[in-house]
Amino acid sequence: MDEKKLAIIATKGSLDWAYPPFILASTASALGYETQIFFTFYGLQLLKKKLELQVTPLGNPGMPMPMGMDKWFPILGMTLPGMQGMMTKMMKQKMKDKGVASVEELRELCQEAEVKLIACQMTVDLFDMDSSQFIDGVEYAGAAAFFEFAGESDICLYI
Amino acid sequence: MADFNQELDASGLNCPLPILRAKKTLNGMEAGEILHVIATDPGSVKDFDAFSKQTGNELMESKEDGGKFHFMIKKN
Repeated sequence: MDEKKLAIIATKGSLDWAYPPFILASTASALGYETQIFFTFYGLQLLKKKLELQVTPLGNPGMPMPMGMDKWFPILGMTLPGMQGMMTKMMKQKMKDKGVASVEELRELCQEAEVKLIACQMTVDLFDMDSSQFIDGVEYAGAAAFFEFAGESDICLYI
Repeated sequence: MADFNQELDASGLNCPLPILRAKKTLNGMEAGEILHVIATDPGSVKDFDAFSKQTGNELMESKEDGGKFHFMIKKN
């Protein structure tokens, strides 16, 4: 069987959006795909040694709210200090209760499965980040390097 | 239930963990050996079918018993 290839661009840095790239990449590896994820802009947050990812209901009317909170707290209420932290805590607890893996665990599984994690050098510079903030094993490259792999991929996703 | 060489209890775990754990366990097994996976995630039924088709590891048995799903996978 020829090895299939999956190329993913991860652009978002919130807890909820951290899941699709890591779930798909780890699963693809288990299915025998050679996989690369190219992290750019806010997606770079997913490579930090210490993940501090949050969810926010702001600007997201599709987010299910616990205990009818959307009725008690209209949108403005969601801007109150501490609200985002509370929502994040509740989301993490819910995920734990439902047996959903943590982002850290999925990321580790991706690394074990030799998913190549690539940080966009331009956005690393843009945000004054440096490699000491990121987990080991991350490679640094630009758009042309992404195309070298993506151009030969069977599936290419922008997340 | 048929004989198996290894058992993996993925009860309580959600997508994609049962598949990932199964793959990891299969990596440590010999060709022809059989892995018995137990899961509670209803999505795992279609997932193990798809896993088998894409990896060539034969899904010999897939059944539900008392709210749990049982899969017998033969390593290729």
